[in-house]
Amino acid sequence: MGMIFSLVAVIVLVAIAFMGAKQNLLGLFGVAIPYLAVLVFIAGFIRKVIKWGQSPVPFHIPTTCGQQKSLPWIKHSSLDNPSTTLGVVGRMALEVLLFRSLFRNLKTDMSDGRAVYGSNKWLWLGSIAFHVTFVVVFIRHLRFFMEPVPTWVNAIDAADGFLQVGVPHLLITGVVLLAAATYLLLRRIFNAQVKYISLPADYFPLFLIIGIAVSGILMRYFIKVDIIKVKELTMGLATFHTTVPDGIGVIFFVHLFLISVFFAYFPFSKLMHLGGVFLSPTRNLANNSRAVRHVNPWNPKVKLHTYEEYEDEFREVMKSEGIPVEKES
Amino acid sequence: MADKPKPNDLLSEINYTPPSRKWMDTPVEWKKGYYCYGAKPKNLDYIGFPNGREWNVTEQDWKLVDNWKEIFLEGMENLLKKFRSFRLFMDICVRCGACADKCHFFIGTGDPKNMPVLRAELLRSIYRRYFTIAGKLGRIAGARDLTEDVFKELWYYFYQCTECRRCSVFCPYGIDTAEITMMGRELINLLGCCTDWISGPLANCYRTGNHLGLQPHTIKSNFEYMLDDLEEHTGVRVEPTFNRKGAEILFVTPSADFFAEPGVFTCMGYLLLFHQLGLDYTWSTYASEGGNFGFFTSNEMMKRLNSKIYAEAKRLGVKWILGGECGHMWRVLHQYMDTMNGPADFLEEPVSPFTGTKFENAKSTKMVHITEFTADLIRHGKLKLDPKRNDNHTVTFHDSCNTSRGMGIFEEPRYILNSVCNHFHEMPDNTIREQTFCCGSGSGLNAGEIEELRMLGGYPRANAVKYVKEKHGVNMLSCICAIDRAVLPPLIDYWVSDVGVCGVHELLGNALIMDGEKERENDLRGEPLPGMEDKGEEE
Ligand code: SF4
Ligand code: SF4
Repeated sequence: MGMIFSLVAVIVLVAIAFMGAKQNLLGLFGVAIPYLAVLVFIAGFIRKVIKWGQSPVPFHIPTTCGQQKSLPWIKHSSLDNPSTTLGVVGRMALEVLLFRSLFRNLKTDMSDGRAVYGSNKWLWLGSIAFHVTFVVVFIRHLRFFMEPVPTWVNAIDAADGFLQVGVPHLLITGVVLLAAATYLLLRRIFNAQVKYISLPADYFPLFLIIGIAVSGILMRYFIKVDIIKVKELTMGLATFHTTVPDGIGVIFFVHLFLISVFFAYFPFSKLMHLGGVFLSPTRNLANNSRAVRHVNPWNPKVKLHTYEEYEDEFREVMKSEGIPVEKES
Repeated sequence: MADKPKPNDLLSEINYTPPSRKWMDTPVEWKKGYYCYGAKPKNLDYIGFPNGREWNVTEQDWKLVDNWKEIFLEGMENLLKKFRSFRLFMDICVRCGACADKCHFFIGTGDPKNMPVLRAELLRSIYRRYFTIAGKLGRIAGARDLTEDVFKELWYYFYQCTECRRCSVFCPYGIDTAEITMMGRELINLLGCCTDWISGPLANCYRTGNHLGLQPHTIKSNFEYMLDDLEEHTGVRVEPTFNRKGAEILFVTPSADFFAEPGVFTCMGYLLLFHQLGLDYTWSTYASEGGNFGFFTSNEMMKRLNSKIYAEAKRLGVKWILGGECGHMWRVLHQYMDTMNGPADFLEEPVSPFTGTKFENAKSTKMVHITEFTADLIRHGKLKLDPKRNDNHTVTFHDSCNTSRGMGIFEEPRYILNSVCNHFHEMPDNTIREQTFCCGSGSGLNAGEIEELRMLGGYPRANAVKYVKEKHGVNMLSCICAIDRAVLPPLIDYWVSDVGVCGVHELLGNALIMDGEKERENDLRGEPLPGMEDKGEEE
């Protein structure tokens, strides 16, 4: 049900954009909505991060995934159980860039009355392919918002087209992004455990991204749009001298609208893991809590059972057992 | 126990494919053997916990206070403001499912709500409903109302999590369902719905200084038994002191170590070690508990119980503190104690009196783990050891959840083990170190009434033990945790059989050559040492 709902929602979004463009509401779909979406994205993102930031980290709770630093002759695992800030930076880099934890993934099965744990790197592969291509595609698109296009963006673009097939050159990242998003979607549908835990909020972003990728690919290779005019429009957005040239092609507005929805939706969704991963106290703290005191800003005052109260209750038995006491009676 | 199901029957029921019915529509099936008894009012009253009352988990009416929902939601808001972990973990889970089959309770029961992600979703759905904008849309946004049935469901599953953190290792954002369970239990405790098994030790510990409620004279007499046994086995009379001012070191260990087998054998190992060294140390009857059931209840209760350790160290004027073998005790000492009850500026940075080693890693908390202390001694050749005395044991090592994933103690105990015994084999890689499997009874779940759940939760651990038993002939499962020592024997009996359970310092005690000892014929359990089997019979 969650899946159908999300699919329908994305189809409706496509239809809205389609009709909007047909109705020539180009100012709305080409300028107003994109601006609004970016605004919502920025404000929402900041609001969420502030919200997280307002809650302190009362305790020092890294999840340690390797040998601690203790005695000098014991080899310590400086990345999976860092004891210094530098180590934490390393751990976070591994986590954010290489998905270290997902790389550990296993699959548990029962076979012959025994639990067995098989290596299972598909989720890691799918995720990393998805995220890396997403970032590259994002960077590639900077060419639409910069004039002249910086050489590094061109370089990425060129590298992306290394296959040198088709006109225009096939950009491999777009295809991989679509494939990876499709894998993640199929996994959600066919892996019974993942299906069971999935919410509409899990399908929706996938359909949205698939919609963005498909419309982008269609636009580049099949239903060509006037790329010069597109750039006029996007440069107008980037420089705040907005203009909506005629005759760009409807598919462009569908693409742009889905992206706008993506941005506006982002801060209110699980997509915020982009920001959250950096704040996770089980990953971003050094395991040095016995060497450096961690301070809890709200350390509560609590009622204690003092030694005096204890001795008052047990003084006689303590004395008869020869256990030293503070007061004789 | 007579009607206990057979291992194979339990196993054949496990199925990892969740049902087609949506989880929000699936009510809890209250299975006997899967839930604990409710807390008694007298224990809650003693520690000043609210809403204590006579109630019964199995009854429809839990006798919750009228405004329970407000209390719950207010409490939740409060925790969201206090713990970044909580708010963040509520927000960023992507339901990738990487954690799903990593929980021993899911592996053992196949109950989909024991997938860590779903355990968290039980509460996350409430978070969405009451604390997010999208959640106002209700079910389509993954939100649901807080009802009495939902509260009971939370209760059921937050007491089916041992706060072991295995899920957190595999989560790409480090989402720690143990943390969420801890928040859930804080809320449960606002409504007086603690379990009997947890609230009893809380009240005991608050009053007598230890979970078992041992009063000073009982502690003393328990030690006398151990000392007599030690004298019989070694010919050496060990004379520990209690509450002694001016000792250099305060030693704290879980009270289970001086209460019942096989924990007492580990304790006897400590006693021999300290005696042989001539360590200037004292036990305390006031701070007679290293463990901390407050950790399974609320951060405030954890602080209240933990405070005794520093308070006693200060009163006795010791220089630093040494801590025995325990899992959750060490998570509290390592990650919480200094923050809650420090700074321990009245203590000195710990230095081993025998090797001069400075324990730099404990320079603020001033509390050293016994395996760090002992490994350092062995490394410096300060102990005379005869590992042959453990030759009748083929040993493996169970990494406790808390020392593994909340600390990272892996090599210290292994170094000791390899020095005190000749036959050591690891369990498979995916079941040890940071990926270790829980005993199934941690976080206050070692209650008798949930034995079936515990057997199932402990199944992955037992399964790995069985593997090394068949492959290498392992017959001794060593560990550094008091709860393990209490709960692994029945677990192993159930699934594996004929594998003993011991602490690392028990094996050390066997191997340790004492000055002035008689010819050792028995191990610390009073069983003949290898090569001495006939000796006993001749006499
Ligand atoms: S691994 Fe982490 S993000 Fe993935 S489902 Fe589990 S808790 Fe959520
Ligand atoms: S902390 Fe352990 S018991 Fe709790 S959900 Fe995670 S894996 Fe399961």
